[in-house]
This record gives sequence, structure tokens and C-alpha cells, in this order.
Amino acid sequence: MAVITMREAISQALWEEMERDERVFIMGEEVGVWGGSYAVTKGFYDHFGPKRVRDTPIAEGVIVGAANGAAMAGLRPVAELMTINFAFLAMDQIVNHSAKLHSMFGGQFALPLVIRTVGGGGRQLGATHSQTPDVVFAHFPGLKVVAPGTPGDAKGLLKSAIRSDDPVIFIEHATLYQLRGEVPEGQILEPIGVSKIQRQGEDVTIVTYSKMLQTSLLAADQLAKEGIEAEVVDLRTLRPLDLKPVLESFKRTNRAVIVEEGWQSYGLGAEVAARLYEQAFDYADAPIRRVAQKEVPLPYNRTLEQLALPQVEDVVRAVRGVL
Amino acid sequence: MAEVVTMPKLGFDMAEGRLVRWVKSEGEAVRKGEVLVEIETDKATVEVEAAVSGTVRKHLVNEGTSVPIGTPIAVLGDPEESLDLESLGAAPRASSPETAVPSRPVAVAEPSRPALILPSPEPAAGQVKASPLARRLAAERGLDLAAIAGSGPGGRVVKRDIQAALQDTPPASGPVGETERIPVSKLRGLIGRRMTQAKQQVPHFYITAEIDAGRLMALRQEWNALQPEGHEASVNDFVVKAAALALRQFPNLNASLEGQEIVRHGQVNVGVAVALEEGLLTVVCRDADRKSIRLISDEVREMIARARQGKVRPDDIQGSTFSVSNLGMFDIDHFIAIVNPPEAAILAIGSVRQEPVVEKGQVVIGQRMKVTLSADHRVTDGAEGARWLQVLRGCLEKPLQLIL
Repeated sequence: MAVITMREAISQALWEEMERDERVFIMGEEVGVWGGSYAVTKGFYDHFGPKRVRDTPIAEGVIVGAANGAAMAGLRPVAELMTINFAFLAMDQIVNHSAKLHSMFGGQFALPLVIRTVGGGGRQLGATHSQTPDVVFAHFPGLKVVAPGTPGDAKGLLKSAIRSDDPVIFIEHATLYQLRGEVPEGQILEPIGVSKIQRQGEDVTIVTYSKMLQTSLLAADQLAKEGIEAEVVDLRTLRPLDLKPVLESFKRTNRAVIVEEGWQSYGLGAEVAARLYEQAFDYADAPIRRVAQKEVPLPYNRTLEQLALPQVEDVVRAVRGVL
Repeated sequence: MAEVVTMPKLGFDMAEGRLVRWVKSEGEAVRKGEVLVEIETDKATVEVEAAVSGTVRKHLVNEGTSVPIGTPIAVLGDPEESLDLESLGAAPRASSPETAVPSRPVAVAEPSRPALILPSPEPAAGQVKASPLARRLAAERGLDLAAIAGSGPGGRVVKRDIQAALQDTPPASGPVGETERIPVSKLRGLIGRRMTQAKQQVPHFYITAEIDAGRLMALRQEWNALQPEGHEASVNDFVVKAAALALRQFPNLNASLEGQEIVRHGQVNVGVAVALEEGLLTVVCRDADRKSIRLISDEVREMIARARQGKVRPDDIQGSTFSVSNLGMFDIDHFIAIVNPPEAAILAIGSVRQEPVVEKGQVVIGQRMKVTLSADHRVTDGAEGARWLQVLRGCLEKPLQLIL
């Protein structure tokens, strides 16, 4: 199996799907001639041409609005928003149109739309360019929200997203593009809305996704040296949320820590913990703990930024706290 | 004006009470005299009334929690005012029994201070801290959580403690015929402690007398024929009245030993022992010497009903100066009771039986009832006890004076 980077995996998925289906096209800021701000679409413009790799103005509302229209008209747009922080400019299009057109028009239109965007902090880009507001999008029925934590999942899930007839917010983490991992050759598809156990263990269930999957796996390795075996469940999709593997794991370990990069208040940890208490209260042997970003606008200063973001040590400490 | 409600003292030896149920929830209005909360003492569950009218601003103690008497349990006040719990003295604290006043305000809030959020009170003795999983496993295996030492944070009982307990303990319940181990209930434990104390510390003496109950039974029959249904008097009601009248003449038997002093009580309050499923309770008929049979009968009947429903009021069970224990309904000859401290004496009543008796040289069928007085020799003695029994006999054998 080939070991490639997350960037290559995403790039392969796009390439393969564009080769496979000529209705698939890319639009966004600097995606064409420049090859993408994160170099994901390098070479696409030359190969697929300006019609299928379209540079747009710096106007996120326009990007998503035009993508909505194209999707309604039968194309399969992959709209790129340079960072998720800019998605707020397109919020009306995403929330009031992408998420709702299918149901508000009685199913007359499908919206086979993917919004690829980049989230997460840790690169000293300042408070407004470093956010992890993934759960904001997961709040809205009508959207699917996917956020892979490994190159293999990134490729398989993006291909599924492009083939989905529903609007999908596909969130890539800015610090994971260089992450290497095994990716099967050829046409791999990972189902949207299926969580995956990324590491097996009997002592505690860590629930996480995206960048925090990597953080949690490192924490699990560290804990293993103390004889604590953590099971790490990767949600991969925030909506629809597949809690089944989490529940099964929790019923075995009786302890859970939820790790997310975004802020804790009203976050993923609250949602998952609530569902565990609702559906598996009698299996809890300790209060469920949450690890999340400190409740501040993310500092630019590198030391402070790292202190504010969840670190391996934070996860280790939380796990010890539930044992 | 905010007022703090404290854990009331509902019995002379009550040290702590368990909050069973908040009858009035936070934000709910309560009028003075309405039931605010149910408190479980060692002996019974008691409905405690609000001493003032107001809105329940805050519960300071969770249901199921035990706290010492005098501990603030709630704040009543105006729904609009802001609360400073610290200045109200309502922050959780330990307090000595001397300072405890049932449901009385202890301080007044200064208005317009910012509201203070209290840390939730630590679970006190009586409430077992256990994880949901541990609770479920314990329930499934029939284990008593209170008997298991918790190894989790703050002594929380967790799964590994249950597993350890399962390895040590045989199953608590088995098929018919097998030995069972049942934890001692709170009431049973209290009775045990108090009776052990009484038997060890009170020098008992006992005097038994046989009383001719023929006239009493005849009078009772006539009396009850005149009473509305459900208001019939029991033999015990007549005994309570007779004992009370006799006690009025013998203050040493209506007394308590307190240190170097004998307290001769001004009131004659006769406790009536009531058998409950989980143990024994004494309900108190106050001023029984001054009450009619009808009133004694109705009061005692109501108190017993409340006791059996677990709804006794504080007044129902405190303040007795003498007790009567009656096992007559079980067809027993006679028995001997243990003095119920701090009282000085108790009267045990046997069944009224038909027996051959000698009257004027003839053997005839008579009705006899044996009573046994148990008394504290530190307070009284055999001669006094015997004279008291004579007076009691007089009352019961010429029972008309009991209804006059």
C-alpha cells in the first residue's frame, strides 16, 4: 500500500473523481493558475482546463451561491473556501440555501455540492484565521459535515462526498497536509456517517476526529507505557453522527474522554457526552471528561497558541482523571 | 427578606436527618404552615412545615442527603431579591445541636448584593457516592452499596469495588431455605442502640399485676356501641387514660433522670408503642390525663395511621414522659418491656383472657389482664411502683371514672 501525504490523498481523490465524472468541477480562490493555497489542485488547471477549474473573485458568498446554482442545475461542484474562517462570509448561502433547498422545494432539487475548506489552529495565523468552528456547521440539519484525520480516510471520504447528492462540508485540517499514511491504490470509498475505531483498548474510550485524532493517538501511545490501553474512536463525520462504535466501546470501558480542537462550550464534547449519558448512563463508571481549546480567541504568540490548543499532555491528564 | 431553614431537631437524640424529598421546589411559593420538606430521622419520615411564608429561593441540600441538625437546608425569601448566601449564614457548615432551631430564620440578607453560587454540598453520611455503573451492578447482584468501600475519587464506589465485593461476599439473596444476610435498617439499628443502652445503663425492676378486666370490657362494649363507626376505642385507649391518671399521683414515675437531677414532668404525655414493618415507633398522646377517652382514641388512631404511612409529624413522636406497650392483640399472657429512655417507666399490657376465677367462694368465668411495670430504680423503687399499680388497678377495675 502506498504511503502518501494527506495533500496527495485529497488531490488524488479530486483528480480521480474529475476523470470519472465530467460534471465534477472545482471553483474557488486561487484554485486554478496558482494551484490552490495549500497546493492541493496543482496541475489541475493545465490538465482539466479553465472551464472545470475556475478561479473566482474573493467573494465567498458568490462562490457558494454559484456552486448552489450549478448543483441545482445538475453539475457536481467542489467549491473551495480558502479557510473555514471565510465560510462565515458565505453563511447565508450555506445555511439558508445549501442546507435547505432540497427540503424546501419538496425534493425537486438535489444539491450534489462539496464545500472543501481548511480549519484548525497551530500555525500562528492569528485569532481570525485559526478557528475550528466545525460544530457550527454540524448544527444544521441538511448539511453533512466530514472531517478526516488520516490520508486514507481523506481520500475515501472526499470521493464519497463528491458522489453524494447532499451538500457536504469537507473540513481539512491546516496542519495535517504533510501527514503521511497508507492509502490503498485505486477507487477507494469510505462511507460518510460511519465512525471508526482507530486504536483498540479496554481501559478508556477516547472520542475524537481530525487533527485531534493524531493528538489522541500520541496520547494513547504514552498511556500504553503506563499500562493504560485507550480505545480511540474517530468520528470522521460530525453530521450524521455515528455513535454506535462509541457506545459499544463505552459499554466495555465505562469511561470516556472526548477530545476536540474547538472550544468546549456547546461543543462536540457536550453533544457526545449527553448522548452517552442518555443512552448508556448505567454503564458510566466515572464522569465523562472533555478536552478542548481554551475559551479565548486563539493567541498569535506561539507559546500561548500552543497552550490554548489541546495537547497530548491534556489528553493524558484527562484520561488519568477518569480512571 | 431571605430566611434560612435549617435541619430541624425532631427527636431528643437526633443528630442528623436525611432529606427525603423537597415538597416545595426552588422558585415555588410556600405559605407558613405548608409542608416544605420531608425529613427522615432515625425513627421516621417527618413532614416539616415552613415557619414563614415566602418563595423557595434555593435548596442547599439535595434529596437523599443526610446533614447534621442545624445545617442550613434552604433559603426562603422574596422572589426578586438577590441572595448573599454567605452573609445569610447559609453556606454549608457543621453546627452543634445547641444552636439548632427548627425552621427558624437565622439571619437577614442585605439586599442588592450579587447572587453567590454555592459549591454543591459534599454528600454526607447516609448518601452513598457511586458511579451509575456501580449502582446498576450492585442492584443486579443484590449488593448493599453502603457496605462497599469506594476506591474512586472522593470515595466513589466504582466497578472495581463491586467486582471486589462480589469475590468476597456470597449472594445476598438465595432460594427459600438458605441463610440470608440483610443489612440492619436505620430504624432497627437505632432501636438496637437505644435498647442496649437502656438495658445496660438503666437498673430495671419489674412488677406484674393481674387486673380484673371484666367491667372494663363491658364498659368498652357499651361505649363503642354509642360511637360512630371508625371511632371505637381500644382497650389500650382506656389503659392510656388510666395510666395517665395514675401518673398524675406519682410524679416519680412521670420523670426523667438528668445527671444529678430527677425531672418531674409537668405534663403527662403517654407514648404508645406502634409496631411497624421496619421496627417500632412511639407515638405520643399529650396531656392524656386531661383528655377524654374519645379524644385519646381519635388522636392515637390518627398518629398510628400516619406512622404506618411513614408520614408522622414531629409532634407525633417526641416528648413522651411514660410509655405503654400493648401486645394484647397477639394473645399473649404477659411480657416485660424495656424502659424507653429518658422516661423512667414503661407498662407492658398482656391479653385480656377469660379465666376461671374465685368470687365469693365460687369458681366463675372472669376476665383477666396482666400488666407489667418496668421502671428505673435510680428514679423510683418497687414500693412506689406497686402503689402506682394499685391506683392503675383501681382505675381499670372501676372504669366509669375513666369516662367521667
